[in-house]
Amino acid sequence: MEQLLSLIPVFPLVGFLINGLGFRKIPKGVAGLIGVAASGLSFLVAIWLLIQYLQGGQQLISVSLWEWITGPSWKIDFSFAADQLTFCMLMVVTGVGFLIHIFSFGYMHEDEGFGKFFAFLNLFLFSMLVLVLGANLLMTFIGWEGVGLCSFLLIGFWNKNEAYNEAAKKAFVMNRIGDLGFLLGIFLILFRFSTVQYTEIVTALSSVQALNDPYLVWAGICFFIGAMGKSAQLPLFTWLPDAMAGPTPVSALIHAATMVTSGIYLVIRMNALYSSIPMVQEFILWIGLATAIIGALVGTSQNDIKKVLAYSTVSQLGFMFVALGVGAYTAALFHVITHAFFKALLFLGAGSVIHGLHEEQDIRKMGGLKKLLPLTYGVFLVANLAIAGVPPFSGFFSKDEILAHTFAGNKIAWVLLTITAGITAFYMFRLFFLVFFNEYRGNLAKEKIHDAPFSMAMPLVVLAILSIAGGFIGLPEVFHMPHILHEFLKPVLMPTEKLASLHPELHHAISHSDEWLVMGVSVVVSLIGIGVAYSMYLSKKMVPDFEPATNPLIKLTNGKFFFDEIYNVIIVKPLTLIANIFSVLVDLLMINLFVEGLGIFTRFAGSSLKSTQAGRVSGYAFLMVCSILLFALLFIFKTI
Amino acid sequence: MNQIPEIFRVIPVNNFVILAVVLFSIGILGVLTRRNAIIIFMSVELMLNAVNLLFVTFSSYKSDPAGQVFVFFIMAIAAAEVAVGLAIIVMIYRRIRSTDVSLLNNLKG
Repeated sequence: MEQLLSLIPVFPLVGFLINGLGFRKIPKGVAGLIGVAASGLSFLVAIWLLIQYLQGGQQLISVSLWEWITGPSWKIDFSFAADQLTFCMLMVVTGVGFLIHIFSFGYMHEDEGFGKFFAFLNLFLFSMLVLVLGANLLMTFIGWEGVGLCSFLLIGFWNKNEAYNEAAKKAFVMNRIGDLGFLLGIFLILFRFSTVQYTEIVTALSSVQALNDPYLVWAGICFFIGAMGKSAQLPLFTWLPDAMAGPTPVSALIHAATMVTSGIYLVIRMNALYSSIPMVQEFILWIGLATAIIGALVGTSQNDIKKVLAYSTVSQLGFMFVALGVGAYTAALFHVITHAFFKALLFLGAGSVIHGLHEEQDIRKMGGLKKLLPLTYGVFLVANLAIAGVPPFSGFFSKDEILAHTFAGNKIAWVLLTITAGITAFYMFRLFFLVFFNEYRGNLAKEKIHDAPFSMAMPLVVLAILSIAGGFIGLPEVFHMPHILHEFLKPVLMPTEKLASLHPELHHAISHSDEWLVMGVSVVVSLIGIGVAYSMYLSKKMVPDFEPATNPLIKLTNGKFFFDEIYNVIIVKPLTLIANIFSVLVDLLMINLFVEGLGIFTRFAGSSLKSTQAGRVSGYAFLMVCSILLFALLFIFKTI
Repeated sequence: MNQIPEIFRVIPVNNFVILAVVLFSIGILGVLTRRNAIIIFMSVELMLNAVNLLFVTFSSYKSDPAGQVFVFFIMAIAAAEVAVGLAIIVMIYRRIRSTDVSLLNNLKG
């Protein structure tokens, strides 16, 4: 069983190697099959392992492949481990990953870089699996860097477009900032506990007062900075909307379902640490809340179908961090799972629309697609209802759980978050109505518009079913049904529960009446959001203008709160200036002069000594005799 | 202290040394001034033998056989060296139809 665990990431790695080394020679169909098969096999092994795991009494499965780094008092193994949390992520990563691989088969079929695409996609899957399967922080870090690399490669997949390359670079650089935080966190933990193994960290944490330990507090902050970068939180979120430059399946897999949730995974993984440092949790709460609000507000006035979804992802990730901030780790993971379903569905649906309309992404040029793309319309509706939080779709349960815990933890945050949920419903249905209702506003002949082929339709339908039913793994307490996910995750969250029982004043119990209240309010707010969208974009048939907005509020949200411009002024411009100064002062004046000086000196010395190497044997002999005489004389005079 | 051999009363040791120096200098001059490879080669041999003479002289002057042992070695090696050296000269001659060393300037920078 242990060996099977290390097999899961091996399949995509092999797929990557085959497709990556031979993508010019392998025919498209075969390359696609290899890619799909690699992810499918991983998924099957993961399922089989999960069944074994559940039958075997949920014993931690761990396998150490080799001893990797050994220090004076510590060692780090190259090892994998799987507990309940890992299995949740594993199912999402391999399951959704598999579906998206199938979707890509249809979506990317026209692309010349088909094999390359599958190679990268498999490499991503491999990295992501290493990330969630890693038994210690360093293993997770390998995966963390790997997914960052794949994100970079896939955002810039169409690398003939300069703007896409810029977007890829931006994502990479932004992520580096977060990665530095993660790395520093690992160092702090290693320095403090002499181990990076998760199980050992949890044990070590149970015997220290993390709150009074600056190393641990800073480790917590550093890990969160890492999560901020990867999970696109304020202030490092601007890369995610730009990341939409990549092919749509990439946006679905990497920038919605899996990679961007790895920050949440990390925080849940370190829940023993975070639960004992409440002020960092508070910090996470407000960062998450601000991100959720800003993401939602910007989402209301974007006109690119993928940009709307990107900001929606940013906003939903903010929701998850709010949950982490109030210590509701289960709720966060629950939302990760349901979000993976419905956001992947939304992106794939958007992909289907874009594919059907021959690469049109502007929602102002869509409309009336309900009849033309009936299947896409259906699944999009399901996903929309899920993200808007309409019962009984999956998003309702997970969002409601987050809202309920926020209500118990922080009332102001709850109010703001509920409003954000309403805005979410509004902008998602704005998108929905603009794309699928009223008349078609584009200029394609209607016969040319086609719905998804089978390879694309199948994943859409499966994800739609999951988006409907996914919520039942975590029913609210008031229904007197088991919260499957919560029960399952209990062992992972043991340290948090222990702390909660030690400090009952920090533990927020939710009464049933409160829960009904929260649920009712969130449903009403969602319906209001949908209603506003309905009245604006369906009844009044409003369509966003092509001209730049004059209304300052819309200007602000359409301009994405001018984060890019602000960063440009306060970070990019000064850095460029400094770089320019150094390029003249250090590079040209110091290094160049020194290097060129060496060259000039050597040439001068060479040309002046050239005549001594004239090739005349007697000349050499003469020099030799003279030199020997000289040394002989020196020797004689020295002895005297 | 060993006894100085009888011969050095008849011919003082200085004469031997001077002869050796003269032979050596002739050798050097030959090497430096001549352009024919064979003559240069002969000059080198002359230098070698000047040194040998010195060795033998001091060996018998000091009654110490070590110097003579050296001379045997030098002679043996010189024989080998002559074989190689002459072979090289023959090859050079075959190639450029001359033994003039001033023509060997292919490595000139």
